[in-house]
Amino acid sequence: MTQQDTSPGEPLETTRQVLDDPEHINKVETELLDDVKGSDFPEASVFAIRLAFEEAVLNGLRHGHKDLPGTPVTVSWSVTPDRLVLRVRDQGPGFDVHALPDPTAPDRLELPNGRGVMLIHSYMTRVSYNDRGNQVTMEYDRPAGDD
Amino acid sequence: MTQADSRLRVRRQDDVTIVEFVDRNILDEANIQQISTEIGSLVESGEAEKLVISFSNVDHLSSAALGALITIHNKLKARGGVLKLTNIDPQIYEVFVITKLNKLFEIHETLDGATASFA
Repeated sequence: MTQQDTSPGEPLETTRQVLDDPEHINKVETELLDDVKGSDFPEASVFAIRLAFEEAVLNGLRHGHKDLPGTPVTVSWSVTPDRLVLRVRDQGPGFDVHALPDPTAPDRLELPNGRGVMLIHSYMTRVSYNDRGNQVTMEYDRPAGDD
Repeated sequence: MTQADSRLRVRRQDDVTIVEFVDRNILDEANIQQISTEIGSLVESGEAEKLVISFSNVDHLSSAALGALITIHNKLKARGGVLKLTNIDPQIYEVFVITKLNKLFEIHETLDGATASFA
């Protein structure tokens, strides 16, 4: 399951297929966070990365795959001393992030859904999507001053 | 007050119902549905018109957990009840601020502060 990039100097990338099963999601999340902690990212970074992983994976499984039950999403990541790059891809039709309503609007505050993408953008350094909108790439830079 | 495999510790202090979570990862996705059902039952039974949820054991939560809290809040509000939150870790509190849910929920630093505020 692990794919290794053979270009010299490029970070190793780990790839996993994640099923919509709590134990399986936890297992992959633990592996990701172990890699992050192994690179001595501070606890606040671990918090942020865990949150972004969960939101992106659950969005892919519950929204991207709502018509594809049982289909896993693909998660890949690479960790360097300066940065985590985390990518989540689903097999669904994609979505337009710009079309999402603002969950902090007063008339939406009491709605239980719609905050996942906002949290990803709030906690990650950079977020980008492919053209189809079924793959999100999240980059998290190690905080300045944390050596 | 709760079933044997409950993830919650529920107690009464005068007419205030206090809910605490049993272990740290309690608000992960796997447990949210059960917690939501348990607290929902408390609300629907009328046992918890004044409800305080303590986050003293919680070091992580996701938007799904926020959604469950909002649903509980809405149910309680519809019955004329009040929900307050307390003992929220600073990192978790930041999630409430980012989502502006600190404007929806009444959040107290301490349990004593939360229970006293019902007076």
